Amino acid sequence: MERPSRHPAGSNDKRARSQSANARYGGGLPALSIATVAAMAIALGLVFFYAPLEEEQGFLQKIFYLHVPLAIIALCGFVLGGLLAIQHLRTRDPRWDMRSYVVIHMSLIFAVGTLITGSIWAKGSWGHWWVWSEPTLVSFLIVFLLYATYQPLRFAIEDPERQSRYASVFAITAGAFVPMNFIAVRLSTAYLHPRVLGSTSNLPGPMALTFLVSLLAMALMFAALCKYELTAKHTRSQVRALRRRLSGETGAPIRQRSAVPSLQALPATTRPAGGARAPTAAGSGSGA
Amino acid sequence: MRRTVGALLRKELLVELRTLESVPGMSLFAVSTFVIFHFALNRSSVEGDLASGILWVTLLFAAILGVNRLFVADADQGGFDGFLLAPVDRSAMLVAKVLTLLGFLIAFEIVAVPAFALLLLGSSLGDAMPDLLITLALGDLGVAVIGTLVAALAVQTRARDLLGPLLALPLLVPIVIGGARATSPLLSVSHPTDSPLRWLLTLGLYDLIFGLIAFALFDFLLED
Repeated sequence: MERPSRHPAGSNDKRARSQSANARYGGGLPALSIATVAAMAIALGLVFFYAPLEEEQGFLQKIFYLHVPLAIIALCGFVLGGLLAIQHLRTRDPRWDMRSYVVIHMSLIFAVGTLITGSIWAKGSWGHWWVWSEPTLVSFLIVFLLYATYQPLRFAIEDPERQSRYASVFAITAGAFVPMNFIAVRLSTAYLHPRVLGSTSNLPGPMALTFLVSLLAMALMFAALCKYELTAKHTRSQVRALRRRLSGETGAPIRQRSAVPSLQALPATTRPAGGARAPTAAGSGSGA
Repeated sequence: MRRTVGALLRKELLVELRTLESVPGMSLFAVSTFVIFHFALNRSSVEGDLASGILWVTLLFAAILGVNRLFVADADQGGFDGFLLAPVDRSAMLVAKVLTLLGFLIAFEIVAVPAFALLLLGSSLGDAMPDLLITLALGDLGVAVIGTLVAALAVQTRARDLLGPLLALPLLVPIVIGGARATSPLLSVSHPTDSPLRWLLTLGLYDLIFGLIAFALFDFLLED
């Protein structure tokens, strides 16, 4: 028995609805993009022309306005991915899984940026590419190593429904792990190394303002990039569905092995309330 | 629930006694690793930080062996099917598997820790024993909970042997931090008075939180 599909599979009614869904995904994208570019320009202007040079580190300290917002947004993104995954497990709507996937994917990219900028900063101010005495950087590496397994995990599970379920379980676990890991690593070094540039509360006014604007710009960029990716994924899925209908294919789509959540192939295997396991091989679960 | 867990535990014990796969394998692995550490470090005895690090790394990697095997028989030979067909609480599986893994860990540490003391440790364990036991117990509980969750995640994937350790190791880092920091003063020659209480609390809290997470999420892994 097929579940009622929310996606273009048959009637015009469904098609119209899915088109409106696509419009919603694409909607607001130009405005968001412009806002991102503007905020980025303002932030960069503030960083280079307004924020004062730091006494000890001089120009090098400017990387702070890039590195710290990147890190904060990446971490918030990881936690957000977990929250979206909770929503996915509650509603079983594959769109939540797609959102969770996109947010984690984007956070992973931001995390790479954080590690690179952090390394450059460490090299500049301490003379080493990597320092173990900076608990935030170390925790970040651990979190990054954990999330680096997210895509391989998805890729290794063929059945789309199971893939999304397992990925959500992973995303929730890892999302909860992020703050705990930071506490644990901070505990392990807190007594040895006083933090120099830790909180924003001891920043002088202009620096704090620049930092906040940079953070806002980075958040906007994250949101815009996520929205672009979501829109692209939805569009691609719809193009594929339309192409299949044009060529007159019915039946279940053949799904290539992929780490990307599938929106078309909705959980094709029926999930019995307490029954036996459905077959797990790719594509074999669809009732067609 | 209690009867289900009891039945599952009996099954695990029976399987382990018949196949003798997990505990002997983990113990041998640990002893071999101590020998390797002896040659790799070129030291005949270690103490303090180094000793605690070697002990925890070895215990952790040996535990990974057990974690990798934990669900393999259930996935390959229909254990999951049988369990899902039975009208019982799904969480019983989690509790039973955590207790099984905990049992395996304790059993293999009964071999591995004395072997470590005999082969590598420079100081005597004597009066540090009670603290060490508490630390190991809390660490084992955390490893058992996280290991069970990760094993259940990884066992249904294609690359289960690879993904299991990759998923588990980052999640276990806080346990290594807590465990190794609590153990290192116990293994140094001049026993400092530094109390491991802070680290034990960290370990306990981490175990508790991950226990709750695993309890909340485990059902979703079983449902097909």
